[in-house]
Amino acid sequence: MQITLNGDAHEVAGPLTVNELLARLEIDGRRVAVEHNLVVLKRDAFDVTMVRDGDEIEIVNFVGGGVQEG
Amino acid sequence: MDLFTIADKTFSSRLIVGTGKYSSPAVMVQAHDASGAQMITVAVRRVNISDRSKESLLDYIDTSKYFLLPNTAGCHTADEAVRTARLGREAGLSNWVKLEVIGDERTLFPDNEALIEATRLLVPEGFVVLPYTTDDPIVCRKLEDAGAAAIMPLGAPIGSGLGIQNANNLRIIRECARVPLIVDAGVGTASDAALAMELGADGVLMNTAIAGAQDPVAMAEAMKLAVRAGRLAFLAGRIPRKMYANASSPVEGLVGR
Repeated sequence: MQITLNGDAHEVAGPLTVNELLARLEIDGRRVAVEHNLVVLKRDAFDVTMVRDGDEIEIVNFVGGGVQEG
Repeated sequence: MDLFTIADKTFSSRLIVGTGKYSSPAVMVQAHDASGAQMITVAVRRVNISDRSKESLLDYIDTSKYFLLPNTAGCHTADEAVRTARLGREAGLSNWVKLEVIGDERTLFPDNEALIEATRLLVPEGFVVLPYTTDDPIVCRKLEDAGAAAIMPLGAPIGSGLGIQNANNLRIIRECARVPLIVDAGVGTASDAALAMELGADGVLMNTAIAGAQDPVAMAEAMKLAVRAGRLAFLAGRIPRKMYANASSPVEGLVGR
């Protein structure tokens, strides 16, 4: 199936849970936040939220930045 | 003990520092340590999906020692800022946000209208909102009315190092504000931070002044001392300015008179 991942088209076998998606991407779920179709997920929802064809996913983390990146 | 309270948290340091523009994570860690800061602001960004090799910022920051303040730097609309704040809350497990809505790339001045709108949306969701704003007393009042936990007017444009450009506005904001006042952005060197505190700011937030200094660790210590010195001077109460001299020594008993 095809999803939009951080703004780009991304092919992944599914449907699958958010946790499964993170595992496939080798991303530590404790360090990130996930938005699923514009809804920010609570961490305990990662295991029960299904990602389906056409879904939009944003995965973010913290980076260096003070006021505004130059 | 002169403690600094915002919303439900109390700090002994009145200096808040950033995490951007450092030459290396090691220098950043040393500078944070030298600054004595207890609150550190971090940006929220998309994870790089194709290149997972980059280390996470959180590998370097001891979150038992520092309170992380997610920011919405780079957001240009209220909607983007609100989404980013919500993501930051989930990534950091804190409901605090340094709210920025940038109105113009060249000046990085905030879009105050969108900032107030975003504050009105986030406060009812339980966020502790610290908005970066211009040094406009009316905008600061509106942010406070919208439920901001502190107001953070700029001293000068972000990263400019120009120092406090409108001291009188900050005085007026200080007099009117019922929430903590943090001067955010524009500080170039230690005296700028001291001046902000002498004007009655409750705290100062900076990034470039430290990260961009030739010796960031030394500048971080200078800023720690400047914020402390400015705060003490504010509490001590300065003498009034006078036009003419006023001798410090007795004028009686002079030899030869």
